[in-house]
Amino acid sequence: MTSGYDLRLPRLRSSALTVWRRNVLVWRKLITPSLLINFGEPLLYLLGLGYGLGLFIGDMAGLPYLTFLASGIVASSAMNTASFEGMYSVFTRMVPQRTYESMLATPIDVDDIIAGEMIWCATKSTISGTAILLVASILGAVEEWRAVAAIPVMFVTGLCFAGPAIVMTAISKSYDFFNYYFTLVVTPMFILCGVFYPVSTLPAALQSVVQFLPLTHAVALVRPLMAGLEPQSVLVHLAVLLAYALASYYLAVVLVRRRLVV
Amino acid sequence: MTGEAALEAVIEARCLRKSFAAAEVVRGIDIAVPRAHCFGLLGPNGAGKTTIILMLLGQSPLTSGSLEVFGQPMPAAGRTVRGRMGVVPQIDNLDPDFTVAENLRVYGSYFGLEANVIAARIQNLLEFVALSDRAESRIDTLSGGMKRRLTIARALINDPELLVLDEPTTGLDPQARHMIWARLRDLRQSGKTLVLTTHYMEEAERLCDEVVIIDQGRILAQGSPPALIRQYVEPEVLELRGDKADIGSLFDDVPGSRVETIGDTVYCYMHDAKSVDQLLQRAPKLSFLRRPANLEDVFLAITGRELRD
Repeated sequence: MTSGYDLRLPRLRSSALTVWRRNVLVWRKLITPSLLINFGEPLLYLLGLGYGLGLFIGDMAGLPYLTFLASGIVASSAMNTASFEGMYSVFTRMVPQRTYESMLATPIDVDDIIAGEMIWCATKSTISGTAILLVASILGAVEEWRAVAAIPVMFVTGLCFAGPAIVMTAISKSYDFFNYYFTLVVTPMFILCGVFYPVSTLPAALQSVVQFLPLTHAVALVRPLMAGLEPQSVLVHLAVLLAYALASYYLAVVLVRRRLVV
Repeated sequence: MTGEAALEAVIEARCLRKSFAAAEVVRGIDIAVPRAHCFGLLGPNGAGKTTIILMLLGQSPLTSGSLEVFGQPMPAAGRTVRGRMGVVPQIDNLDPDFTVAENLRVYGSYFGLEANVIAARIQNLLEFVALSDRAESRIDTLSGGMKRRLTIARALINDPELLVLDEPTTGLDPQARHMIWARLRDLRQSGKTLVLTTHYMEEAERLCDEVVIIDQGRILAQGSPPALIRQYVEPEVLELRGDKADIGSLFDDVPGSRVETIGDTVYCYMHDAKSVDQLLQRAPKLSFLRRPANLEDVFLAITGRELRD
């Protein structure tokens, strides 16, 4: 076991919520600046791009551009938030701050730490997505109450992106490494997965590629919910997001065990 | 307490081994730590002390051998065992996002303790480590000594039976060290079992009922500090500083003496240092110190004087 990997399946326990609770307590201390960013950024996006570009574009795929864009931004913001938290913040707690080392001297295991962190990342995704939803509804971009169903989708999207981010953290020596992930993974999804324009306008080959990318499925769920339409193939979209979450949870646990349990 | 209960081992390691890809760092260690004892793991840097501590926590799987803590196998029983254990790590890992009291509160929650139980303990623990007036302070406003004291309080939040301390006083000023020593003696007195690693032989001599001296993953010596001193070195030491020419062959004729030279200092180990008083009067330019042998002399005699990195 010394030189190999500990491949045992992780166990989900209530200790994960203890880890989550620690992060909630820290977040509460910084609640004002956090919320300011959560509301300020989407307001800029929606006003600047939604109104500005929307004026020229008019409708996109049968929706007002502001609605089209706002739903894309809700999904991509869930991705961004979870990715940032899972890389920069988790790295800070794992390496310079040694928070996990202190947890591992108590009954908490790596399994609990990673589960707690993923739930926390998803919580932050939900907070930032909900803030955008609120801003969008104030700007008149949300059709009806059905849009609240987008809130659990934000959480699942957060879980789906938290896992891969923590995998990157587990193998990275410094913060610089995360630039690769953002440039090669997060930004392409932001551009290609239907946030700004429908996936159907992509070349056919690219269209089948983006079907494997999770953000496409998050957008496919959030957009109709915010536009007051019936979402299609809900189970497929949720299954893709959950599959990414579960597979990356397992991989993250194995890699963090290797890094911290020597 | 019956004799058997007193001797009940809190920690029992047999043929404990640990290899990493590059090297074997623990090479067959056997130790038994009885309840309510203070046990010292001594050794130069790289001796394997911290690896042994990690194995005690279940954070480092064994390569071979067996290790039981509270009679339970490690690392399999890690979660249960850590619930009954307190740990003071070598490098501070207090949570910088929280105040002093919040650090204790959040750490207590990691053990699944009820909020009211934690709240009741926090006050006593802060008093115990003389930090009551700093309960609401941020961690980055504390001195090194205060951080260490808080880390010790934190390790006690679950009222552990066993306290593991990895170099508890490294880098602290004398006031802080003496305060921590007094607290560790209180804890041992109250029936807790203590395991500590240290580079300071004075610390081990003051605190430990029993020590093992480890180097390159093996136990080189084991026993109580006075017993080790009796076994490994002459009872008296004369330290001389001065010109080599003045020291010369001063001790060649003193029976039973052993001489070591480090830089400009000569250490002369002997059974009766009075016998050399006359010799020293012949060399008035030398400065000298006569002292009883201590654990540091044992440590150097056993592990040698080469530098370790």
